[in-house]
Amino acid sequence: MLKSVIKMEFEPKLVGFLCKWCSSAGADLAGVSRRSYPSNLVPITVNCSGRIDVSHVIRAFRDGADGVLVSGCHPGDCHYTSGNYKAWRRVALLKHVLEDFGMNPDRVKLEWISATEGDKFAQTVKEFTKEIKELGPGPYSNVKERE
Amino acid sequence: MSKKESKKKVAAYWAASCGGCDVALLGLHERILDLLDFADIAFWPAATDFKYEDLKGYERNEIDLTFFNGGIRTSENREIAEIIREKSELLVAYGSCAHQGGIPGLANMSSNEELFETVYKNNPTTVNPEGVVPQELTEREEGNLNLPGLQERVKSLSQVVEVDYTVPGCPPPPELTEDFLDLLLAGNLPPKGSVVAGEKTVCDECSREWNKETIDEFHRPQEVEIDPDKCLLDQGIICMGPVTRSGCEASCPEANLPCKGCFGPPKKVEDQGTEMLNSLASVVQIGEEGGSLEGEKALLSNLPDTIGTFYNFSLANSIFGGKVSDGGNDEQE
Ligand code: SF4
Ligand code: SF4
Ligand code: FES
Repeated sequence: MLKSVIKMEFEPKLVGFLCKWCSSAGADLAGVSRRSYPSNLVPITVNCSGRIDVSHVIRAFRDGADGVLVSGCHPGDCHYTSGNYKAWRRVALLKHVLEDFGMNPDRVKLEWISATEGDKFAQTVKEFTKEIKELGPGPYSNVKERE
Repeated sequence: MSKKESKKKVAAYWAASCGGCDVALLGLHERILDLLDFADIAFWPAATDFKYEDLKGYERNEIDLTFFNGGIRTSENREIAEIIREKSELLVAYGSCAHQGGIPGLANMSSNEELFETVYKNNPTTVNPEGVVPQELTEREEGNLNLPGLQERVKSLSQVVEVDYTVPGCPPPPELTEDFLDLLLAGNLPPKGSVVAGEKTVCDECSREWNKETIDEFHRPQEVEIDPDKCLLDQGIICMGPVTRSGCEASCPEANLPCKGCFGPPKKVEDQGTEMLNSLASVVQIGEEGGSLEGEKALLSNLPDTIGTFYNFSLANSIFGGKVSDGGNDEQE
């Protein structure tokens, strides 16, 4: 009973690192096409998904995120040739280590979203929000501010 | 300083440590005499018979310099760290444990209850049918017995008090300690807050040739015959050299062993482990076109104990600081 009440109230805080050339443009398209999706995700635009440092993701969790989305151009389409492959490798290693830290690695999601895929962006945020809702609060979910 | 005596006072202290750092100080041999020409020992539990009361009796900043080794594990460690800070003009975090929590910091992957269960009950060589575990307070007719309690987490010295200088290493090599003493005696110390070691990474001091070859399989050093000229990473052996501060002359890779990271991260790197993942990501065979999920799984399954590998010495200072658990109640003190 109590559990279901808590679950209803839990609104996950998600951080999305989106590359400027594809995924962030995809997010804009979702906006201008008036696609509806949950407001749980705070987007952070980076030049390229290859620019995302593993510590950025860990820092996001430490500062209270319940889930982190990393999104870049489709394989082969990175504006800087291969940044998305780098992101892919970083996320794979990171998930492996997060598990050893005691966290569910599904709290990190890697997705390729192009500038024309507004629908996919909306869909991804919808699904990710739902998945993290089911997982419940992340390790530092109740951190108020960064100390 | 308005002190009567012209001779200075030095101290050394061990908190949660193995004793190796005190041995490293003694390992200065005759150089220690130079220090003693210049200063008297004010407090050094490993080598002299001063008591905590003596320490408490000093005035604020009366001790000119304290070498503090060990991590902050118990309430006693913390209390003495605070007293020493108050009594010392200069406080030096000496060795990996004081610098970054060190090996004792790996205990942050377990709760104190789990540690007690393992050490006092479930250890295969432990016989303890009554399940006796140490208590902070034991009441006896003759009086109460007290033991210091464990803190929730092991911390580095700078996480509990302000540290003026750090001499890194597990333990610090004698040359590094000598360099520090030379700087001190010459009045030439760098700005406060400095880590007194190299400014680059271990790779810069390593004579092996690094070709940034792609790693498609990880190996543990004992499993393979190591080529003495090739970079260990090129041979699929995790070496923390790229994310570890220089100053040890790459002593481990030069001895055919991977660097475990005891000098801590170089300047401006907050988390040695995540930085290593960034570096490793540029050379592992994962996710390229033609790569497969199974290949990826196999590669990663060859990489066990990631915390012990990437955070062998720096877990306490890392962004997570230790084990995390889902549920949003992990505000560890
Ligand atoms: S990774 Fe290790 S073996 Fe390779 S160059 Fe750096 S220190 Fe030397
Ligand atoms: S090579 Fe690495 S582990 Fe070995 S002494 Fe140097 S910093 Fe420490
Ligand atoms: S620019 Fe989009 S992933 Fe590199």
